[in-house]
Amino acid sequence: MKQSNDKNFSVNHALFIKKHKQEKAMIIFARIAILIVFLGLWELLAYLNVIDSFITSSPSKVFVTLKDLFTENNLLYHIGVTLSETLLGFLIAVFLGSAIALALWWSERLRLILEPYIIVLNSLPKIALGPIIIVWFGSGSKAIVFMAVLIGIIVAIMTMLNGFLETDKNKILLLKSMGATKLQILLKLVIPGSLSSFISMMKISVGMAWIGSIMGEYLVSKAGLGYLIVYGGQVFKLNLVMASTFVLCILAALMYFAVSLLEKFLIKHRQ
Amino acid sequence: MKDLLEIKNISLIYQTLNDEITAVQNLSFNVSEGEFVSVIGPSGCGKTTILSMIAGLLQPTEGEILFDGNKVKRDGIGYMLQKDHLFPWRNIERNVFLPLEIKKRQSEKDKEFAYSLLKKYGLYEFRNNYPDQLSGGMRQRVALIRTLVSAPKLLLLDEPFSALDSQTRLRASDDVYNIIKSERKTTVLVTHDISEAIAMSDKIIVLTNRPAQVKSIVYPNIGKDTPHKRRESPEFGLCFEKLWKELN
Repeated sequence: MKQSNDKNFSVNHALFIKKHKQEKAMIIFARIAILIVFLGLWELLAYLNVIDSFITSSPSKVFVTLKDLFTENNLLYHIGVTLSETLLGFLIAVFLGSAIALALWWSERLRLILEPYIIVLNSLPKIALGPIIIVWFGSGSKAIVFMAVLIGIIVAIMTMLNGFLETDKNKILLLKSMGATKLQILLKLVIPGSLSSFISMMKISVGMAWIGSIMGEYLVSKAGLGYLIVYGGQVFKLNLVMASTFVLCILAALMYFAVSLLEKFLIKHRQ
Repeated sequence: MKDLLEIKNISLIYQTLNDEITAVQNLSFNVSEGEFVSVIGPSGCGKTTILSMIAGLLQPTEGEILFDGNKVKRDGIGYMLQKDHLFPWRNIERNVFLPLEIKKRQSEKDKEFAYSLLKKYGLYEFRNNYPDQLSGGMRQRVALIRTLVSAPKLLLLDEPFSALDSQTRLRASDDVYNIIKSERKTTVLVTHDISEAIAMSDKIIVLTNRPAQVKSIVYPNIGKDTPHKRRESPEFGLCFEKLWKELN
């Protein structure tokens, strides 16, 4: 039933709300405090030469490097390269993975036949396929996107397939008793019932796509954040490594946030 | 009255890798039009299997089941399961429309009938609510209406109250009984609850342990009152005693 807003609550309820708000504010405060203390301590120790800022860099140096990267070295271009590879890898893994999972749900025989291959592919460290990917796809973005898809798709398939298979057997029985076809069972029950699996699959896939694209850039690349990190490491420019990693953190968080927004949208519009 | 359902010497044998299990053996009974028949028996004796065969979801290994004089056609059977199995992402109205969507019968007349059932049984004002906003008893009523919208001739109820707490259960069985009687539906109820069977049915079929066979057929003869009233009548205790002995 709907909660009415004009209801008169007791004093205890006001206290309860107040306490709840205080607790929430406390948590946000603690989160920010950790960040400030960490950055402050880092900066201070580097300034006092307790730690060697040549190896550890420092927040102020990272900031200066970011500014230089932005004005002189086309930071936006590098971000664009990595972001497009990651998004493409993510989208292909999510849609192809869901489609394959659907096929495996549809045919139990196909699922049983392919099971050992999926298990092996899942356990295999995909990075081991690096040399093969370079030979096949060259050293461009194609190879990196392929890497991102390869790393993401198996988990996407397995998460979605589990979601489909968890469909309540009795609900299937109910639909069958109404005379439903397999396609109707899929469209009316299995797919709408697997929304939460789809969302958690997308959340996992965000992380997988980033692993894939950065890993790909470590192997072969001429541009991108992964390229900047590897390059910085090789020429001992730790400022560059730290600055690129920082940008990466922000981007990954933004993408996760975007998926969370999509989650809210989907849940609202399913009903 | 004419027999709507005739079950003639059916047997069902399950195949597993290690064994052959005879779930039902040479079972026969009839259900007349308008009759409320309960099937009771020890747990695991194959009651649900029998309902699945009547619904046409499972083929008997031997024997035949005639529905409305017809061997194959199963259109016109409504199946209600232990839980309500309402889809949480559909509101009440769209849950009730589900069988119409499946059967591709979405004429205005069908929809009007669905609305009239919702109105009659006090759920029309909740048509835009979602199942999790309704109580257990109300959800069970919605599940029954969903079964009724496709205008089945025969209702199959598989322990429809077993997921409810005992208070809700008594009220829900009154509700469901009244709805079934006012819609004049022929019903087969499967249950392991003796008192529920006596309170609701015209005829009780007692099954043996697996493989299920008909052990006896009992007619409660307590009149046409609601289940609640029937539970209070003196004949109720006698009938309970009789069935209790049959089952043990």
